Amino acid sequence: MSDTLARDSRHLTFLRARERWKPAEIAFWFALVGVYFVFPTNLIFVSQILITGLFALSLDMILGYAGIVTLGHAAFFGIGAYAAGLMAAHGWHEPLSGLLVAGLAAGIAGYLSSFLLSRGGGDLTRLMITLGIGLLLFEVANSATKYTGGVDGLQGVEVGKLFGVFGFDLYGKTAYAYVLGIAFLLFAFTRSMMHSPYGLALRSMRENQTRALAIGIPISACLTNIYTIAAVIAGIAGALLTQTTQFVGIDVLSFQRSADLLIILIIGGTATLYGGFVGAAVFMLAQDRLSNLNPQYWLFWLGIILIVMTLYLRGGMLGGLSRLADLYRHWRNKERP
Amino acid sequence: MNAILQTRDLWKAFGGLIVTKDVNLSLAPGARHALIGPNGAGKTTLINQLTGVLRPSSGSVWLDGADITRIPPNERVYRGLSRTFQINTLFPRLTPLEAVTNTICVRERKRLNILKRRFFGVSRCSTLIDEAYALLEQLNLAQDCLVETHTLAYGKQRLLEMALALATRPKVLLLDEPAAGVPEGESDELFEVLNTLPKEISILLIEHDMNLVFNFADRITVLVNGEELVTGTPSEIADDPRVREVYLGKGH
Repeated sequence: MSDTLARDSRHLTFLRARERWKPAEIAFWFALVGVYFVFPTNLIFVSQILITGLFALSLDMILGYAGIVTLGHAAFFGIGAYAAGLMAAHGWHEPLSGLLVAGLAAGIAGYLSSFLLSRGGGDLTRLMITLGIGLLLFEVANSATKYTGGVDGLQGVEVGKLFGVFGFDLYGKTAYAYVLGIAFLLFAFTRSMMHSPYGLALRSMRENQTRALAIGIPISACLTNIYTIAAVIAGIAGALLTQTTQFVGIDVLSFQRSADLLIILIIGGTATLYGGFVGAAVFMLAQDRLSNLNPQYWLFWLGIILIVMTLYLRGGMLGGLSRLADLYRHWRNKERP
Repeated sequence: MNAILQTRDLWKAFGGLIVTKDVNLSLAPGARHALIGPNGAGKTTLINQLTGVLRPSSGSVWLDGADITRIPPNERVYRGLSRTFQINTLFPRLTPLEAVTNTICVRERKRLNILKRRFFGVSRCSTLIDEAYALLEQLNLAQDCLVETHTLAYGKQRLLEMALALATRPKVLLLDEPAAGVPEGESDELFEVLNTLPKEISILLIEHDMNLVFNFADRITVLVNGEELVTGTPSEIADDPRVREVYLGKGH
């Protein structure tokens, strides 16, 4: 009986509509497939955007959904990048298992460091702790030149054929398909998780920790859990960068990368799932174009964009877009008698 | 006596400041127990020790025959101890439907399999959502259950406070000034909800509004300077000279 009641009710339709894949989402992923055919000369650049977008998605899970601020997310990206790089440089060339190990390494690091974050403290504490971990790891990689190559980067990364068939070519065709495939899989995984009861619990933690605890959510356990998952995905993103560029630069662990990532996600829109990808595209395209013109232009405009966005466009580009869509719908409803 | 909620020699001090002094509170099953006392009497500190947000310096808290003094707050909720807040403590950008559904999903998490809990959309838990909707309907929130909480009127938000606490299916409900800030004209809705709460739920009410306290409670404890002054029926409390002294000052 309750099932028939549920099927007809307005409130359930509302929730269901939210979870359904929307046409714009399907178009988004098909457009990315289209890029392969339409822009065959830009595949390397778009791969980089996708990797950064995936990295930003992992930040969105903890910042956008769970409300955990961080300035050191590059730590996990870097750990994944080095893990994949070291494996490939020392004789293990198979790419998929490389991703797996990289994700595992980053996940372990995420799991361990999450305990530092759940030990009370507010946003400021978390910013400082994550920043500290990031700086520490950077210095470790910088000093361990024997293993990481230090500032010169890790050389000799050789990646084998994907599925033993598709070699990584100079134009990045295989790399693009590979990155797009992995990014989509991880996106679908994240998307379903964020729409599940677990995702709802995370959002409620972001909205009000005191209340979340008072309705019975085990906050520390949830925090450890999502932080670990986000670290795994960040690690895989890092590994993708290593495998597609066959090189690891020490900047994978830099503070700049963590800070840029935060900017990317905020420009794109937090807690939207797509904000990271949109932000990465806008950020990297603008950086590419503007710094070709004149390097100073880039930072100048970035500064202005950031200020305007945070003051006037809450919710980033996707937030703005959805507000435009609301306005349009409102206007159309008014036109119709 | 088999109390549903009990404190035994509860003591809490912050340095030299004693905020809870040998409190032995006892709630019978189905009780409508009110806790009153002047500002700074330590009512909120006591609540926080009951819910586990604060750890007492000594003494113990018992729920349904089990010592819960060292049990974390979320586990206490799971065992049936729930609270509302004096100041709205809600999820501003969730809809009431989401907030209540969330609470119910958390309550039922051990009965949901991992796929449902982690990877399937919330909408698949349709029985739980129906329960959430029914609860919201019962509290006159059905009309507003699909808009974000921060857009609701204050009185509606007070009702949502109750809805979230009830959604955990508590055995014991701690109500921290449920009528705080609600203008007189709008408080009827809230009082009605309070009066129709099922008798199986034992209630500890903290309230300043004496009308509400004397209409609602069957037992009253007066807390002064962290210490239990007196506990008794409403008429005993009303006639007690010490209580008058605390509330009205000497000479009355």
